[in-house]
Amino acid sequence: MKILVCIKQVPDMESKFKANAAGDWFDSSDLAWRMNEYDEYSVEQAIQLKGQVGDADLTVLCIGGEQVKETMKKALAMGCDRGVHILDEQSYQRDPFAIASLIASFARDKDFDVIFTGLQSQDRGSAQVGVMVAELLGLPALTTLVEFAYDNGTINGKRELEGGTRGKVSCKTPALVTCQLGLNTPRYPTLPNIMKAKKKELISIPASDLGASDSRSQSLKLAPPEKKGSGLILEGEPAEIADQLIRILKEKTTVLA
Amino acid sequence: MKLLLIAESREGKLLGSSSELTCFAKQMNADSVMLLVGNDNDLPAYNGTLYLADPAQAGEFNPAVHKQLVLEVVAKEQPDMIVLSHSSYGWDLAPRLAVALNAAQISEVVEVKQDGLLVPVCNAKLRRQVKPDTEICVVTLQAGAFTPSEELTGTPVVVKLTADGEGNILFQGYEAAEETGVDLSKAEVVVSAGRGIGKPENLEMIAALAKALKGEFGASRPVVDAEWAEHSRQVGTTGQTVSPKLYVACGISGAIQHLAGMKKSEFIVAINTDKDAPIGEVADVLAVVDLKQLVPILTEKLSA
Ligand SMILES: Cc1cc2nc3c(=O)[nH]c(=O)nc-3n(C[C@H](O)[C@H](O)[C@H](O)COP(=O)(O)OP(=O)(O)OC[C@H]3O[C@@H](n4cnc5c(N)ncnc54)[C@H](O)[C@@H]3O)c2cc1C
Ligand SMILES: Nc1ncnc2c1ncn2[C@@H]1O[C@H](COP(=O)(O)O)[C@@H](O)[C@H]1O
Repeated sequence: MKILVCIKQVPDMESKFKANAAGDWFDSSDLAWRMNEYDEYSVEQAIQLKGQVGDADLTVLCIGGEQVKETMKKALAMGCDRGVHILDEQSYQRDPFAIASLIASFARDKDFDVIFTGLQSQDRGSAQVGVMVAELLGLPALTTLVEFAYDNGTINGKRELEGGTRGKVSCKTPALVTCQLGLNTPRYPTLPNIMKAKKKELISIPASDLGASDSRSQSLKLAPPEKKGSGLILEGEPAEIADQLIRILKEKTTVLA
Repeated sequence: MKLLLIAESREGKLLGSSSELTCFAKQMNADSVMLLVGNDNDLPAYNGTLYLADPAQAGEFNPAVHKQLVLEVVAKEQPDMIVLSHSSYGWDLAPRLAVALNAAQISEVVEVKQDGLLVPVCNAKLRRQVKPDTEICVVTLQAGAFTPSEELTGTPVVVKLTADGEGNILFQGYEAAEETGVDLSKAEVVVSAGRGIGKPENLEMIAALAKALKGEFGASRPVVDAEWAEHSRQVGTTGQTVSPKLYVACGISGAIQHLAGMKKSEFIVAINTDKDAPIGEVADVLAVVDLKQLVPILTEKLSA
């Protein structure tokens, strides 16, 4: 079985963000980077699937600049067999369709049985790339999965719907699935596996070799939300904040009455 | 400008989000038609043409068949924009339409601007103004971003569609959310723990604060996913919706899916080390401090 998992490197969401000079994306300096949270679940599920079927080859793919290799190494240390880095320093300028077209162009003649992506990326949050890859390749796509089971050429999944209801879905492989938070418990790479991962194959393909389609939308401007928050901000010593809070609760609410 | 609005139904019932689509159309100052795969005895309050397909035939969840229905209406109506909710149905169907129509897709629109649509970036810490470069585009709307100020009225002119084709995935029905252990919606005070609590042991201090305030403790999704708390305590779109007299968010960033479950609370206190955390947008008071320091002191003072 051939498995592909697509991951994205994203900034830590607790960072301070500001717009870049062009005003079309955030300034990427001084940020800490990590694997997109949703993709950690897809990597874990892909590794579990490989473990289940035994005879499988698991490729992790990531589009981005040189720095995304760090995140790819984590996926290799978790258990992916090989890495394909699609080198594109300006990947943030591509819209989800252009990103999907790069992935589809790489995957088209590779006969992957199962392709995993995250439901969405934490920075762009479009929830588009996975489904678009499937449509471009003519594969069925099961989205928003919180349960995944594979049985002899069939994927049985549960989609998470609003309110926590689940929708039971299935399809035949080859297929693509998008992974939702909580699908499994992503493993931490162990030290021996981190060492082993250093020897795993990690090839780079320039994005220009894959012939990406053009983006279909453009960013005009990026800015912090106009602050609607009119709340009071308390800073200082915890004990003082606690006193202030209790005073406010007595004044503004009835819960301490 | 002409919009094609895609309404949703679940288990035979029309979902309320159809009014958000209508509200968006009004803000865009655009003409519209609507499409629904749903029952003819539960129609949206909408003055316009409603293309209606029977779920018994089209399947309530069958993206490939629903895509064909949308494409059929697109061919007839030539809309400039197809509008869906950013929901489990909408974010599944929208990219399929975008690929089929060679159209730009803009996800999770929160506001309409003069020359583009606003969408959140990085957990709503930034907003991006996006413009489609294609003649037709597909957009999804953030839940709650376009709520009509009053209840809509209207009766649609129904045009029936017949679906054919099988699709490439099989939908085998619904599974209800687990029966809840705690009913947070009845509590007057809810103190919730987020990922910022750091480790499961710290849940105890959150529960102790909840007790001191005579309330219940809740949790954000990562805390539930990590199995530090049971699902019945999860607040948000895929958990419970609460509107207590007091909601205390401890170490919760304020993602839209969490806010959707608690923003109607009467008074909101957030405890967060990040002054810019989006929870600040809905909080009446934001205490910028390590919760591990504040929560035990607060509990002690309240119990004194
Ligand atoms: C379809 C869908 C449905 C979802 N449904 C839900 C849902 O029902 N409920 C839900 O909650 N989420 C839901 N989510 C997930 C949601 O998008 C966020 O990922 C989640 O709410 C984040 O939880 P959090 O705020 O606890 O964690 P984070 O976003 O990681 O935030 C942690 C916060 O803690 C703060 N912090 C860290 N350390 C400290 C400290 N020592 N003291 C004080 N503050 C600290 C940080 O500054 C940060 O703001 C859903 C997502 C999707 C896509
Ligand atoms: N630059 C990228 N490289 C590889 N995969 C990506 C990239 N961007 C997005 N993806 C995949 O597409 C999913 C959805 O992303 P998005 O449509 O941006 O929300 C992510 O969870 C990844 O699996």
